[in-house]
Amino acid sequence: MSQRFFIPRDTTAVAVGANEVANTLAAVLSEQVSEATIVRNGSRGAFWLEPLMEIETQGERVGFGPLFPEDVADIVALSPADRTEHPKYLGKLEEHPWFAGQQRLTFARSGLDDPLCLDAYLSRHGFDGLEHALHLPPEDIVDEVTRSGLRGRGGAAFPAGIKWNTVLQAAGDKKYIACNADEGDSGTFADRLLMESDPYMLIEGMTIAGLAVGAQQGYIYLRSEYPHAWEVMHTAIAKAEAAGYLGEGICDSDRQFHLELRLGAGSYICGEETAMLESLEGRRGVVRAKPPLPAIEGLFGKPTVVNNVLTLAAIPTIMAGGAEAYAALGQGRSLGTITLQLAGNIKNGGLVEVPYGATLRAILDQFGGGTRSGRPIRAIQVGGPLGAYLPEPLWDTPLDYEAFAAAGGMLGHGGVVVFDDTVDMAQQARFAMAFCAEESCGKCTPCRVGSVRGTEVMDRIIARESLDENMALLDDLCETMELGSLCAMGGLTPNPVRSALQYFPEDFA
Amino acid sequence: MDTERLLAQLLCQYENTPGGLLPLLHAVQEDLGYVPPESIPAIAEVMNLSAAEVHGVISFYHDLKTSPVGRHTLQVCAAESCQAAGGRTLEHAAQEQLGIGFGETTDDGSVTLEKVYCLGNCACSPSVRIDNETYARLDATGLTALIANIGQGEGAS
Repeated sequence: MSQRFFIPRDTTAVAVGANEVANTLAAVLSEQVSEATIVRNGSRGAFWLEPLMEIETQGERVGFGPLFPEDVADIVALSPADRTEHPKYLGKLEEHPWFAGQQRLTFARSGLDDPLCLDAYLSRHGFDGLEHALHLPPEDIVDEVTRSGLRGRGGAAFPAGIKWNTVLQAAGDKKYIACNADEGDSGTFADRLLMESDPYMLIEGMTIAGLAVGAQQGYIYLRSEYPHAWEVMHTAIAKAEAAGYLGEGICDSDRQFHLELRLGAGSYICGEETAMLESLEGRRGVVRAKPPLPAIEGLFGKPTVVNNVLTLAAIPTIMAGGAEAYAALGQGRSLGTITLQLAGNIKNGGLVEVPYGATLRAILDQFGGGTRSGRPIRAIQVGGPLGAYLPEPLWDTPLDYEAFAAAGGMLGHGGVVVFDDTVDMAQQARFAMAFCAEESCGKCTPCRVGSVRGTEVMDRIIARESLDENMALLDDLCETMELGSLCAMGGLTPNPVRSALQYFPEDFA
Repeated sequence: MDTERLLAQLLCQYENTPGGLLPLLHAVQEDLGYVPPESIPAIAEVMNLSAAEVHGVISFYHDLKTSPVGRHTLQVCAAESCQAAGGRTLEHAAQEQLGIGFGETTDDGSVTLEKVYCLGNCACSPSVRIDNETYARLDATGLTALIANIGQGEGAS
């Protein structure tokens, strides 16, 4: 009886012990006579179940987790009929409530196969979108993306189709696709998971973008904090090139698209699109004034599509399944699926992909499982370090760009960081200022100096020195940063500060 | 290979790469452990930049160093998700055990301690990274054990 064993090799799975489980499994299997192979797959994103092991026997695949190496021998020894009795038995993962409640499009393949196996990618509709796009004129590809309602997943939520059309219409002897993989927001890991678990999907999305706007060169700007994603993407690009999906004559057509992976160097601000372009050009990651928009004058002064990993990775699904199917999900002007990343003090942390529109509370109830500490949740920061801290009454806000903005929050890149009731919100407000001081590119004075002064004012507030006076000063500083900064770094740092003050005043009194 | 020849080889490799300064600096640091300040004039000349511009780029990015660092780097995540899950305890524990502050290297040159803002491991916070390995769901005891193991097996050769 031949069996296949799957143990993820994604960063988080390995960080919680997947390699030790895999090594033990290899040792256990080496003593067996029956045929068995170990596949190091990507992760499905249920990180609370990692290290996870799945066993495929005669086409049926069941999971066990979270495992310690000492669990492995017992599980391998079980007959298929006895497996259900094991305390770590999870059944078929697709039927597990944590996955059955999701609607995965972008992450549909994540964790199913060896992420670098091209045959596996092809067997699960890989490159269907590209094959379709190769038969369309550029205008039709752009039109499909526009009608899908896809908006930028990096945080700014700008309609992708409009951006692509601007680049398509712009005059230029060269055009570029620049993928922003500088996923710096704390509480987010979706880009990393996608690149480590389904790298060809990003390559396919970028290639389609190139066909759509007439760009023959793409860059992925990947942060240096993701060494495993670097290795996977690097190998995936080489394999896709060798197989004719990148480079000259894509899929035996007369089209070409070249892709280069570039490494960041530990700078949060390089996730801002114009700072990223500066960095790609080999300069300090200092924000540019807009206009000109990058779509008109972007990388090396040429028209450039700058999109986040998840935006580009959504493209193959849209091209293969059609704009209407994608736009049928979600609500209002937030269409398709949102990838939430449950993080912080959370019991069941991981990646949840659902249509836009559910409330934050519903998602936490259905998937979160409460805090890992077992204490009540007090505050949730949605949308990264520039997002507001939301108190309990605001958890009923639907996950929709406009609804969140109306509530004073932002969805950003979908990070959901949960804090229990031991959090000191004055310290969190101080951190927001200190982080901005550390990571500001330095171009705008309100951001560069305001954040330093803001940290000092917060120190005085925490020490309860001249409270009224310092509160007024903090408010004034926040306003100056909001009004006088070119980009979101300085402009939105007041978000977490003001929300902490507004909703958790008892921590400042 | 001596530093000069290595540098010459890398300069040749990246000379015509569009926006090649950052990849070049990464390559120099990968091979030498840091970017020697005395290499800046040669880099500037080949990349058609001023020495000030090259220095400006090096000083902008947290990753780029102009002096040697420890044989291993321990990065403790200091961002919000890890803070929510006990990361501040790890920040203190790491400093205490190594006897150094962030941005410093132990006297024996074995470990450089740094803060990092997010390792993308946030579903299992708090996290640290030692060289290219990431560890999650840590508490102070777990971190102590990891630090004790840093560099074990070194020196045998």
